[in-house]
Amino acid sequence: MIDLPFIAVIVLIMLGISAAVLKRNMIKIVMGVSISASGINLLLVALGYREGGVAPIFTNAPAAQMVLPTPQALTLTSIVIDLAVTAMMLSFVILMYKHYGSTDSRKRRLSG
Amino acid sequence: MMAFLLQHAPALVIALPLVAAFAMPMLSRLGARAVKAWALLALLATESLVLLLGRDVMSGNPHVYALGATIPSLTTPAGYPIRIIIEVDAMSAFMAMICASISMLVCMYSLQYVRKKGGQDKYYTLLLLMTAGMMGLVCTGDLFSMFVFLELLSVSSGALIAFHARRGESSEAAFKFMVVSSIGALMVLLAAGIFYGQYNMLNLAAIGGMLRFGFLDKVALVLLVAAFAMKCGAVPMHMWVSDAYGEAPAPVSAFLVVASQASLYALFRVCFTLFGVAAATEIMGWALVVLGMLTMFIGVTMAIPQKDIKRLMSYHAVSQTGYMLLGVGVCLAVLGNAAALGSFGITAMQGGLFHVVNHAMYKGLLFLAAGAIIYRTGTRDLNKLGGLAHRMPLTAVFFLIGAFSISGLPPFNGFASKLMIYESVFRFNPLLSVIAMLTSILTLASFMKVFHSAFLGPELPEYRGVREMPPAMWISMGILAVFIMLFGIFPDLVVQYLVGPASQALLDRIGYLGGVL
Amino acid sequence: MKRKTDKSMDDGMSIIVKVAAYVLAVPITILGLYIILHGHLTPGGGFPGGAVIATLTVLFLVAAGKEKAKALKKDMISFAGGVGLVMFAFFGFIGTGTTFFYNILANSGSLFGMRIPFGVNPGYMWTAGVIPPMNMAVGLEVAASLSLIALVMFLYTMEDER
Repeated sequence: MIDLPFIAVIVLIMLGISAAVLKRNMIKIVMGVSISASGINLLLVALGYREGGVAPIFTNAPAAQMVLPTPQALTLTSIVIDLAVTAMMLSFVILMYKHYGSTDSRKRRLSG
Repeated sequence: MMAFLLQHAPALVIALPLVAAFAMPMLSRLGARAVKAWALLALLATESLVLLLGRDVMSGNPHVYALGATIPSLTTPAGYPIRIIIEVDAMSAFMAMICASISMLVCMYSLQYVRKKGGQDKYYTLLLLMTAGMMGLVCTGDLFSMFVFLELLSVSSGALIAFHARRGESSEAAFKFMVVSSIGALMVLLAAGIFYGQYNMLNLAAIGGMLRFGFLDKVALVLLVAAFAMKCGAVPMHMWVSDAYGEAPAPVSAFLVVASQASLYALFRVCFTLFGVAAATEIMGWALVVLGMLTMFIGVTMAIPQKDIKRLMSYHAVSQTGYMLLGVGVCLAVLGNAAALGSFGITAMQGGLFHVVNHAMYKGLLFLAAGAIIYRTGTRDLNKLGGLAHRMPLTAVFFLIGAFSISGLPPFNGFASKLMIYESVFRFNPLLSVIAMLTSILTLASFMKVFHSAFLGPELPEYRGVREMPPAMWISMGILAVFIMLFGIFPDLVVQYLVGPASQALLDRIGYLGGVL
Repeated sequence: MKRKTDKSMDDGMSIIVKVAAYVLAVPITILGLYIILHGHLTPGGGFPGGAVIATLTVLFLVAAGKEKAKALKKDMISFAGGVGLVMFAFFGFIGTGTTFFYNILANSGSLFGMRIPFGVNPGYMWTAGVIPPMNMAVGLEVAASLSLIALVMFLYTMEDER
């Protein structure tokens, strides 16, 4: 069952991208992108796992092999970036709701 | 002092606009003039640093900088690269010079274009952040930093697109841009994760050194190429370009063109340096060529019926990206065949890279001219404009220079780069060259239509009081026009000193790997 | 204080929520500051600690309502964020004699540079060089930015509810 995190990653990314592509409500599109990003963060953390490892904290560490800390730093960066992107997209949804009156993505004015 | 600056220049080039953007919220309490002066000063300093670094890199070896090491060039203290490594070779320096110059000119133009009362400091902060993101994207040496700087660039561009928030359409354009950009950047992160899982390294040179062409590596390559092609507006993913460039303020549109070209640089870097081994490049080269052909043709045919002046120009920007993809794709496809590479492959790549710098200049000039029209008349609809050449002759001249340049007429610079692409692509496959020339003719037709309906004809009564542009705007456009004509009259000097070393560095995979390892 | 029936978000929520919020603010602040300050010893650091402190602003917005929220000054919060960022860049620049971001204070005997032997230890606070000041700068900046995002979104959506 060592592959279980990776299967979860693929499921999350597929769910996220299908939500971003197929849904009409703009907030659901933003949620789709966010789910997809969470899936990739899970991939990054799961790549660092070593069998029987402990958390990579130096303070009072037990004498065992540690899990890799580099992908945890990458994941932290990715979470911050996704937070900023989600905040921006939600601000645009608020602005569009004020101007167009609905969150339906088919009611748009730019086309062609 | 100069030696100190030159040694630390790779890190300072990214850090300087970033720190200037950080200091902006504190300076905004001093008023709009302090904000504008600070932004212009920071971009001038970045430009001079980039020129200093570029002059040294173009004639010599790549400059390597490890952040936080005991000496800057200590990249492999334990036998394999650790730490974030910035590697500037001639291609990176070429792109960095384009980005720094256009950002300085855009900032100069915005000094009098952006008249909104409360948001001035945010505009200049976002402009500096976009510059920092672009510099990071073209100078960095590892894949995760590319993701971070790509997201920085996307987020600040998205905020600038929606700058005129009074119209609902700009928020919609910015929303589309952000969704497409996030999905593209997430694909880059997925590819970085795949590489990290296989090789336990994130550095481009290190991965390139130990690449085995397994199934997962091919998946990662496809993800990277698709993501960067999505970010530069190649054809199946081009829908966001017209909205984003059309709704942004005019100087921001000119700067977004350079942002798309930075993503194009990332595409080339991945294809040539990471995967540049001769056996696998023919299929990828043909894929880029097909993308380029579709982009060129669909871009120009969608541009012809447009009525909004900035949407029309953004479709032309899509079409010109196709030329760059075509040129470099041809070189990638013949990378394994040494005879073909020597006879026409290198010329194709040089044509593509020359087209990058030409496109940044003439597209910037066209967008800035459109901005001048919108600034003075307040409308963007071609059906309502007319007869502006009587009142705005300088804008008409600049627009004409840009239009002739984009269609590839001598003696402007578009002719030089397009000629190189036509000649070399003809030796590869004649049909591609014919379609490229047809696109050029359609581009000329489209721009003649725009020039006629906006500038020629009798003077309309509602535009009788229109004056010429303010000085900050025509100075920046004048500098661009002068460089366009210089690059057109002396193209062999440009190819010898700028484009030649850049294409050499892109093909020289061993030199890039040797810089770090 | 006057008791008002809360029919809208103008005056915030009821008195129980307000008192609970003001009581809870103390442990939240201490938790946030703990996560920031011990970032080089335990998991956390600048960003999670700053996010915890930003929840104070959200708690305030929910409990106190729109009228009190208009009293928060956006440019002061933005200024605080700018100060945090400039401090971060400053700590990056002081090592530029060697390289950018070089950890010049580690193992040096000065402010954060206590010398400790290599290996597992029970965690000494005044070590690790430039990293704790950078954590504090990032914590200040993240708290300011997230508070500003929450405040601006709240005020814009509550703005013209006619």
